[in-house]
Amino acid sequence: MINDGKYGKYGGIFVPELLIPAVEELEEAFYKYKDDDKFNEDLDFYLKEFAGRPTGLYYAENLSQKYGCKIYLKREDMLHTGAHKINNAIGQGLLAKYMGKTKLIAETGAGQHGIATAVIGAKLGLDVKIFMGSKDVERQKLNVFRMELSGAEVIPVDMGSRTLKDSINEAFRYWISNLDTTHYLIGTTMGPHPYPEMVKHFHKPIGKEAREQILEKEGKLPDTVIACVGGGSNAMGIFSGFVDNEDVELIGVEAGGLGVDTNEHGATLTKGTDGILHGALSKVIQNYDGQIEETSSVSAGLDYPGVGPEHAYLESIGRTKYYAITDKEALEAFQILCETEGIIPALESSHAVAYAIKYAKMPENKGKTIIVNLSGRGDKDMFTVANELGVEV
Amino acid sequence: MKKQTYAELFEKTKQDNEGVFIPFLVAGDPNYETSLEIGKLLVDNGADALEIGFPFSDPVADGPSVQNADLRAFDSGMNVEKCFKYLEDLRAYTDKPFGLLLYYNLVYHYGIDEFYKRLSEIGVNAVLIADLPPEEAEDAMNTSKKYDIEEIFIVSQATNNDRLKHVTELVGGFVYVASVMGTTGARSSVETNTTELIKRVRKETDLPLCVGFGISRPKHVKEVLDSGADGAIVGSALINIIADNLDNKDVMYQEIIDYIKNMKEATRY
Repeated sequence: MINDGKYGKYGGIFVPELLIPAVEELEEAFYKYKDDDKFNEDLDFYLKEFAGRPTGLYYAENLSQKYGCKIYLKREDMLHTGAHKINNAIGQGLLAKYMGKTKLIAETGAGQHGIATAVIGAKLGLDVKIFMGSKDVERQKLNVFRMELSGAEVIPVDMGSRTLKDSINEAFRYWISNLDTTHYLIGTTMGPHPYPEMVKHFHKPIGKEAREQILEKEGKLPDTVIACVGGGSNAMGIFSGFVDNEDVELIGVEAGGLGVDTNEHGATLTKGTDGILHGALSKVIQNYDGQIEETSSVSAGLDYPGVGPEHAYLESIGRTKYYAITDKEALEAFQILCETEGIIPALESSHAVAYAIKYAKMPENKGKTIIVNLSGRGDKDMFTVANELGVEV
Repeated sequence: MKKQTYAELFEKTKQDNEGVFIPFLVAGDPNYETSLEIGKLLVDNGADALEIGFPFSDPVADGPSVQNADLRAFDSGMNVEKCFKYLEDLRAYTDKPFGLLLYYNLVYHYGIDEFYKRLSEIGVNAVLIADLPPEEAEDAMNTSKKYDIEEIFIVSQATNNDRLKHVTELVGGFVYVASVMGTTGARSSVETNTTELIKRVRKETDLPLCVGFGISRPKHVKEVLDSGADGAIVGSALINIIADNLDNKDVMYQEIIDYIKNMKEATRY
């Protein structure tokens, strides 16, 4: 390997020996093409014409007036397939194509990353297999159908907790047996090197655009940037535009589930400890013995017992802070944004909105300029929300 | 307690003109008592050494047989402390070499030094950490040296010659040669290029070579030994016997005895 993929002590390449040739090949290709003019031309084309970049930075005037801050929303929810996930899927899909791979595999929890992978596979003529926990397959039938419409094969994973974590295990297993033809398109900033670096790279447009847009609108950088964190890709994308400016406060918002003092949450940075999962040393939620535990959140995209290693590092040096928002708080924020701004956010992004409201209400934050990364839209969550609100649809 | 080293074992089998046969089982599959009984049956009926797995929640290198074995072990209440106890009980029964096969988070979480210290006290010979490639193994290597535990690494068909050289310099005990590109699991045939791989590894090292992944039948054992390997490792095929006979222990034990005898017999020239 060219680099060790370390962020302080976090990150690394904790994979079975049989996968080493694959991550070596991937690292070499990523470093080669990320600065390649032709590759970047293609990437820019697809981001603009296929996905719909740049996304707007929207001044949420009603919300701002209600809570006494200037709140801007980075509108990743406007992208094709409904979330920021498409940025990375396009980037890695193209890379796979440049590498001569003919097949893509991906894990998915709620289905957003699965859909993003399915559509880019369809566009680029790559076969797509999506691994999805059988529990998630049941919960997200509509998204399974969406993936299948784009020609992807959805493979239910019936092991362990039958959710995202197990779909990742199964994707790794499949990859080990099919290295020559297959690229594993990991959907977040976790996994062995080079994934955390690469996935962040493909999400950097979020931060770059947001920075330019806020400078244009406000003539200055924001006081605070807030994003939800499951594996951490949308947060890493927007943070990348501001991380070098120490004055800009960076806040990640995790799944508090039923509360971080219960066993029903996904707040890895808030409650987790150092451990190795899915190829990297990071924070994980584990039991007394080092066995990885199941998590819980109303938002499937945040329902993961690990987190990208760079988040663990940034927290360890005090550059970023992480707070948990409960299911209940996220649902309230979801409704508030619908009612005040006419924007239906994804439940993941609702966690970021909820913390932004909490933050804006604190007297010391009055009048601050805040950017919230609205990472996805809520269409996919209609049944969940209706169910939580006791409404029949 | 006394223990035979891998070097002594391979020396002895060489003199006896036979290959080494190593079965793999998960500690506590399907439960502590049965698993202990199986361990004893294995060493009494032809196993030259044992590979012992600690169950893990996320075994990415393992196929369904081992995954299910892990789940059965968890369901019966296994944890790391009980795995240590299991090793102690087995060590009291036999001096044959023990190698552990497990995932790094269990070691890391326990504390690397404490973990190896414990293994050394129990009399474990070697450790293979499935998700710890040489790139990340410095801490584990230093600690294993300190406690005189051998650190085993895997090589595969995808391991290029430069890397083979590097890995075989680090490895202790024996080189674990993965015969297929895949996860652990019984397969109907040994891949044809295994012979070529064994020859390639042989060029780089004089250490014993043991072939694992996909070995399930006596003829596979013969094939890999004929290709120049020193031993064969069998996991999933044995675990499948356990899984298929959970309701009838007598049948399970008898089938294991028959299977192990046949497999060991295949190592004799």
